[in-house]
Amino acid sequence: MDLSTFLVQCLNAVQYGLLLFLVASGLTLIFGIMGVINLAHGSFYMLGAYLAFALAPWFGDWFFARLVAGVVLAAIFGYLLEWAFFSFLYERDHLQQVLMTYALILVFEEARSLLVGNDVHGVAAPDWLAGSFRLGDLMSYPWYRVFSSLACIVIALGLYAVVNKTRLGMMIRAGASNRDMVRGLGVDIRLLYRIVFAGGVALAALAGMIAAPLSSVYPGMGSSVLIICFVVVVIGGIGSITGALIASLLVGIVDTFGKVFFAEWSGVGVYLLMAIVLVWRPEGLMKRGY
Amino acid sequence: MATDAPAEEAGATAEVGLLPDIARREPGGWLVPTAALLALAALPALISPYAQDLVVRIAIYAIFALSLELIVGAAGLVSLGHAAFLGIGAYAVVLGSGDAGAPLLVLLALAVASAAAYALFVGALSLRTRGVYFIMVTLAFAQMAYFVVHDTKTGGGSDGIFLSVKPVLQVAGTTLLDLDKRLPLYYTVLAALGATYALLALLLGSRFGHALAGIRVSEQRMRAAGFSTYPYKLAAFVIAGAFAGLAGALLAIKDGTVNPELLAWQESGAVLLMIILGGIGSLRGAVIGAIAFTSLKELVQWEALFGSLASHWQLTLGLAIIAFVALLPKGLIGLAALWKSRARA
Repeated sequence: MDLSTFLVQCLNAVQYGLLLFLVASGLTLIFGIMGVINLAHGSFYMLGAYLAFALAPWFGDWFFARLVAGVVLAAIFGYLLEWAFFSFLYERDHLQQVLMTYALILVFEEARSLLVGNDVHGVAAPDWLAGSFRLGDLMSYPWYRVFSSLACIVIALGLYAVVNKTRLGMMIRAGASNRDMVRGLGVDIRLLYRIVFAGGVALAALAGMIAAPLSSVYPGMGSSVLIICFVVVVIGGIGSITGALIASLLVGIVDTFGKVFFAEWSGVGVYLLMAIVLVWRPEGLMKRGY
Repeated sequence: MATDAPAEEAGATAEVGLLPDIARREPGGWLVPTAALLALAALPALISPYAQDLVVRIAIYAIFALSLELIVGAAGLVSLGHAAFLGIGAYAVVLGSGDAGAPLLVLLALAVASAAAYALFVGALSLRTRGVYFIMVTLAFAQMAYFVVHDTKTGGGSDGIFLSVKPVLQVAGTTLLDLDKRLPLYYTVLAALGATYALLALLLGSRFGHALAGIRVSEQRMRAAGFSTYPYKLAAFVIAGAFAGLAGALLAIKDGTVNPELLAWQESGAVLLMIILGGIGSLRGAVIGAIAFTSLKELVQWEALFGSLASHWQLTLGLAIIAFVALLPKGLIGLAALWKSRARA
């Protein structure tokens, strides 16, 4: 492996890891604050990808307008979904939550099949990001992947700022460390839950929209992302955004280089990583903290 | 998670009042299951081959559901990766049989042993965690097994593998059981179901079962009482994996083929659904749930009733589950209690 190949793989690893972080950060917040296991989170990633596909004819060249429209739609969807299906689940045990969110996946998958069909669709990257730049003598790297990484970094910084510097972020952090105390102090916990849930849905959908030109849009794309995100949350530690970031990058590196070195057994790599972390630190790398 | 511990503790004790204690004798004792088994044994004379196939499928899933009941219902550990053990049992039969075939008992032993071995690995690691973590970790390890059979050549890839020779039970050269035939398969599966139910019932009534119930109610208290809880949980996890492996072996023999979807997380979700549907905390509930779920799945795929919706049966199934969670939190077993309390009032 020469240097430029290595560099390309590193860039791929970081790009994949950052994308995972967008999905996993919402998931870890929903776990950490609401204590709800949400199997349907992968469906929100799928929702985003399909929104990118469905909104493309409406917005044409307005790439950022399309992203914003998609995020707003996803957040509204998340807000309504929390109200309709999750608000009464908090008091129930994990089993009921698993059951409900499992059923939601079935419904979302079939709704997607009814509305858009089962074909694989491509989504074009905007023209100004279509090319690629040279790296070394033989390799080139597409601009859109660079954009994807940068966009994820900007969003991650934004998330960091919201969680650490705003009043809402303060309530989120407090909610993650002691739910009952926050309720006792007079915070409207139901509204907080709804906002966090809508935010998680919006983040996952945004990840899906950014990923759509890279991975194309296909049935079942949510479930593979979901399980990798579980691995990320387990490695990073529930409720920790920093942990999710570190774990996402680790998973990105292990997965990308696993595919290069052990093609056939590459699917096992990230789970072995999880096994090692479990032996070493059963509660994840970052046990609660930001 | 330290801050959550008291809340979880309170949740666990509140649950005890709601759920029937699995170690407690159920009404009718051994009589009801025995009568049901005998009725099933007489059934093939009355029903069509299609219905016999359905009964065999339901019975295999009942074994699968019973095995999960041991960890979820008895020990209170919600596993979302149980399909891995079903799949490993099934693949062990097909890979062990090869082109030449192998004796039935050898294949069954191989299936049970490999599923138990993987359960030992998964259990040893995942039982270091609890709650939501445990759900995610079991799911992730099941997905790891899925990728092994899906991506590697030895695992057969995404198309799966055919079982070229159906196993037979031979003693001194005479064939006692040929599982290629419908009736011997029917009775073999029925016997396996009866044996699984009886063994699990005995296990839950024993000291081991009571220890598991204690762990479910309050692990902290069990530890304070001097129990080392980890080995108990691990033993339950491995036994459950072994029985799931048995169900997988029977499924492979029945279908004559295996594919990675057997290990997929949808299957783990489905079996969890079965025991919740029947009502957690009762072996009978697991069997009833397997019957209800498999029948429901057949029903929503029935074109005469659902028309064009039949091809989108997952939508109907999903909506049915949502309605079920919203309206019947205690399962079908709870329906009887609900009805009784209504009648009394």
